[in-house]
Amino acid sequence: MGQTRSDDPTATADVPENAPEHCPGTESEFAGKSDACAGCENQETCASNDPKLPDPSLPFIKDRMAGVKRKILVLSGKGGVGKSTFTAQLGWAFAADEQVQTGIMDVDICGPSIPTLLGIASEQVHSSASGWSPVYVQDNLAAISVGLMLPSTSSAVMWRGPKKNGLIAQFLKDVDWGALDYLLVDTPPGTSDEHLSVVQYLKESGIDGAILITTPQEVALQDVRREIDFCRKVGIRVLGLVENMSGFVCPGCKTESQIFKPSTGGGKRLAEEMGIELLGCVPLDPRIGKSADYGVSFLDEYPESPASIAYLSIIDRIKEILGDD
Amino acid sequence: MSSLETPVSRRLQSVKHIIIVLSGKGGVGKSSVSTQLALNLYRSSPTARVGILDVDLTGPSIPRMLGLDGHGVHQSSDGWVPVYADGAEARLACMSVGFLLKKKGDSVVWRGPKKNGMIRQFLSDVRWGDLDYLVIDTPPGTSDEHLSLLEHMAPVHSRLSSVIVTTPQAVALMDAMKCLSFTRAVNLPILGLIENMSGYVCPCCGEISNVFSTGGGEEMARREGLKFLGSLPVDTELVSLLDASEVSADDAEKPAESFRLLEEYSATPSAKLFQHILEGVAVSLEDQQAVESR
Repeated sequence: MGQTRSDDPTATADVPENAPEHCPGTESEFAGKSDACAGCENQETCASNDPKLPDPSLPFIKDRMAGVKRKILVLSGKGGVGKSTFTAQLGWAFAADEQVQTGIMDVDICGPSIPTLLGIASEQVHSSASGWSPVYVQDNLAAISVGLMLPSTSSAVMWRGPKKNGLIAQFLKDVDWGALDYLLVDTPPGTSDEHLSVVQYLKESGIDGAILITTPQEVALQDVRREIDFCRKVGIRVLGLVENMSGFVCPGCKTESQIFKPSTGGGKRLAEEMGIELLGCVPLDPRIGKSADYGVSFLDEYPESPASIAYLSIIDRIKEILGDD
Repeated sequence: MSSLETPVSRRLQSVKHIIIVLSGKGGVGKSSVSTQLALNLYRSSPTARVGILDVDLTGPSIPRMLGLDGHGVHQSSDGWVPVYADGAEARLACMSVGFLLKKKGDSVVWRGPKKNGMIRQFLSDVRWGDLDYLVIDTPPGTSDEHLSLLEHMAPVHSRLSSVIVTTPQAVALMDAMKCLSFTRAVNLPILGLIENMSGYVCPCCGEISNVFSTGGGEEMARREGLKFLGSLPVDTELVSLLDASEVSADDAEKPAESFRLLEEYSATPSAKLFQHILEGVAVSLEDQQAVESR
């Protein structure tokens, strides 16, 4: 595990190994129909319009996920709004109760941040007879991420969709979590392969809901609007919206100013407009970023900070919505 | 490879420089840097013709930033007509999947192969005309979009170069390193590195807080032997300008008389800082050409 295929970064992953040179790829609309397909031994399979067979990993995923009580996605159309930071805080907050087993799954394959945020960047995933062992941050908080499988933190994972999907399927079926109360899935920005795959693979096991993260400016809200549209298209319940980086308190004069101005009403307006709940607003605190870089829990380090208080009230609300408080 | 003629190479024949803006991490300001780069290249000479292509297919931000929300793309006999941000002057052309959506809240839920097809169309079917610079804004990561771009533009590889954007915190730098490994693997020249969001000036007392720490980008550039183009602090004026450049539905179809965005941009503190970055980019481009012609 952990090969990054840096030898051939432009290889199309949905081209079978025995394919001719100009294979359009098995997922292409020209599959089996292009000139290059003549003589290829897969042509018949590609050209046939049979509906694709269900993924063989589905039953295994269902088995593995049977031991997980709650599956929560953390989404946001936009990058850098704090998905991973929020996921990590949520994980720590759940795990503060010793009886609660929490797992964090990082499906951001090309930019995994979870290992750094949890302070386990130097750890490696081990495989055993019962599957891959996740890395434990503490007794009851485990994490899996492609970042825990790379030879070096600077290795780039240059994968196209199908390879990413393959790894996500493995994360879902091969990781030996044991029994979990919560599985938090941290996603990359956008609405593409990773998101579709997670949703499809977890369809049978059921997703309890998605938490959407945004920042106050319209450029971010635009992308979150798209993400909400995505959730509706694929039928995921939106638990609510969290507005991150809303307001900044100057450590010098203690005046609050808006770095990312909510020019169109911010998360509040968006929540009203889309009919979802605004779970809360977390102010920007430079110490959040610091804690993330050092891989320590912000909630434990600065429990008195307004941001911690905001985080905790959001987390309480999430538990309430899920009916777990 | 360079002798190979493809629809993409034919279309990009009249483009002098292609600059790809990359960053491993999302939300570090790729789109705002791309926009600023395009605006600065545009104003660097009264005849400069600049194109900006947004290949962030599932989260296009460029239309909003250029104040072109709600515009549509027209089809002509010679391909798609890009949207011009400067109205009648037609020196700043822009193309994004955002122009193809019916509603701004519509999501583009596409897997790799469809994204690949769209990118190929963007590269081969858009009627850019003669361009001095084509700035390409990318989504975060090192995946389908990036591989497709490089693949389709292989015939014009000698004109390609990139700019890496990062923020100073460790989490972003780590992704920037991944991005660097990517450019090395695909042999893409790097013009330099820009550190964005380095510091925030409190509007009340003027104290500079390092919201996302500071200096990490410069440090990384030194360690990796990259040119450091400069750092940009968080500029609330710029954030508001790029965020709020709302165009009302009536205005959308008729060209603006003057290029208001550029005027307002020129007044922001970032515009002055970017001047310096642009000089660095120009020097790097010259160096690159010198190497190519040798």
